[in-house]
Amino acid sequence: MTITDKQGRIRKRQFNMLRRNDDSADREQKYFVYFVEPSDVRKMVFMVHKHVGADRDDDRWLYMPSLDLVKRIAASDKRTSFVGSDFLYEDISGRSPEEDVHELIGTTDAHYVMKNTPKDPDAVEFASYIARIDKTTFIPMEIEYFKADGRPYRIIKVLAVESVTAQENGKQVAYPTVVRSQARDLETGSQTDMEFSNVRYNSGLGDDLFTERYLRRAPSEVMQ
Amino acid sequence: MDAAVWAGIRQGFFSCLILAVLLPTAGRDCAAASFTDQFTPPEAHGFLEVRTGCRTQHDPHEKDASVMETRLQGELSTQTDWAQFKYKGDVWYDGILEQARYDTREAWTFLRPSDALDLKIGRQILTWGTGDLVFLNDLFPKDWQSFFIGRDAEYLKAPCDSAKASLFSDVLNVDVVFTPRFTSDRFITGEYVSYWNASQGRLVGDDHEMDFDKPDEWFTDAEHATRLYRNIGAYELAAYGYHGFWKNPGGVSASGEFIFPRLNVYGASIRGPIAGGIGNIEVAYYDSIEDSDGRDPNINNSEMRYLVGFAKEISRDFNGSVQYYVEQLLCYHDYRAVLEGGHPRDEYRHVLTVQLTKLLMNQNLELSLSGYWSPSDDDAYLRPKALYKWTDNITQEIGANVFFGARDDTMFGQYQANTNIYMSLRYSF
Repeated sequence: MTITDKQGRIRKRQFNMLRRNDDSADREQKYFVYFVEPSDVRKMVFMVHKHVGADRDDDRWLYMPSLDLVKRIAASDKRTSFVGSDFLYEDISGRSPEEDVHELIGTTDAHYVMKNTPKDPDAVEFASYIARIDKTTFIPMEIEYFKADGRPYRIIKVLAVESVTAQENGKQVAYPTVVRSQARDLETGSQTDMEFSNVRYNSGLGDDLFTERYLRRAPSEVMQ
Repeated sequence: MDAAVWAGIRQGFFSCLILAVLLPTAGRDCAAASFTDQFTPPEAHGFLEVRTGCRTQHDPHEKDASVMETRLQGELSTQTDWAQFKYKGDVWYDGILEQARYDTREAWTFLRPSDALDLKIGRQILTWGTGDLVFLNDLFPKDWQSFFIGRDAEYLKAPCDSAKASLFSDVLNVDVVFTPRFTSDRFITGEYVSYWNASQGRLVGDDHEMDFDKPDEWFTDAEHATRLYRNIGAYELAAYGYHGFWKNPGGVSASGEFIFPRLNVYGASIRGPIAGGIGNIEVAYYDSIEDSDGRDPNINNSEMRYLVGFAKEISRDFNGSVQYYVEQLLCYHDYRAVLEGGHPRDEYRHVLTVQLTKLLMNQNLELSLSGYWSPSDDDAYLRPKALYKWTDNITQEIGANVFFGARDDTMFGQYQANTNIYMSLRYSF
């Protein structure tokens, strides 16, 4: 992750991430984020048990190795910056479709154009967003967020999609996967480029990886 | 035909013989080569830091400078399929003591011999419990000196030479920590921070460092700490036990030396989401076994300690927490009955804590304030801090330790003359 501010100053964040879906509807997700860079946050671990659409906050923990401290984080706001970048927590883990009203406002050769309006406008910082969704992969390739006065202030773009092969029920399948994307904050002039490498699916992560045991002692899967 | 067969057998026999001779050799070579191959290339990291601070008022017992050091922390780690190894050490020039110092922060081996067992053996930092800068069942060593003079929060936890075994099951998880030789807190001795010396009946500092006798026999003076824990839904439940000593001087010997009487602690905690935030409750019973009926005025009485806390995101990138902490002196009547002169303690010591943290400028600027206020002792302690990350490697920090108190003998009141401000610049690599 490379964060570039208006003055061109660059910050880098490198982390390894594990995700496990506890159901097939993406409602219960678990994340394990192991920081590699910068050096002051090295080996810190951030863990989230996400409950999409449920009437409860996500559970978040932070492990600080120099203090051997497991801290429970009281963060209810899902639309805060992810580790100081221009991506928000919800951009990383996804926003529940149930939280917005969706309208198809157009189609192009390649995209469906959807306008999305939040059901609870007080819970978010945008008035609406327009997503251009790829007709074949159903990946939102560009998302533009608007304020109440109709002014765009934030854009997320997918820059590269790769087909990642994996095993599913004994068969080989290919998942189209975003490997490069960019978030731009038009108000601050800051932008973040995110790149994913070594993406693997269905690697059989156990439920116990997302517990205090592995928070204190990261699994070898994320330590390379 | 026969000759050909025999030739074949002979050849086979010799081949086998040669293989048999070669294999162990090859095996040994492989083993030797693979022993070093097993280790991942060592990773080296660390930081170089300059930190200075001064008292905001004159303290007749200490220097005007409160902290003055140039510190290098180095860290090396490597791992194999079967173990992890880490070393972390600090070397610094301490301008207050006018000498170079060294401290091993970590030097351990971690093993995961089975799915249900983790082992960590060696010098390590250990933490558990639910308090935010308040410790009830966490009896691992703290470094109050570092905390009060404005070293990085990392140094509040002091290392100990221990073996930690963690057992995991679906029903219950168990941590057992064995420390073969008692490791006290790095408490206030007058070296850096002046304090109220009850036996002298006055404030003292580096002109009169504390005289103490610490239990230090291997195995005889061991510490045992245990935690049983499990999660039920989003709630974390834990029970704790400790068998060891008061971590700070908890008594005075007949000769006037400070001593560390034996102590057992039993407690429990729960932490989980409540009312849009995180709530926690923790209790601990401090069983001062050398003075179980509270009749010995020279040894700490037993205590009950209670903590209730609540943390919440107040607004975007702005987090706050409040805690209410109570220490209850048990056998208070007996304590008062045998106390001769001096300032008696209250039966209850109440402390309210507040922590506020605000992140600004893409989270590169962190403003924080920790506050402790004791209405029963009529004293307070504030820790304001601003931390700015100039780059991913360069961090600057400015902060203060501010003590208030109506009397010189209360927990924070005694440190009033140590009120200080400090600044640091750190380069991490």
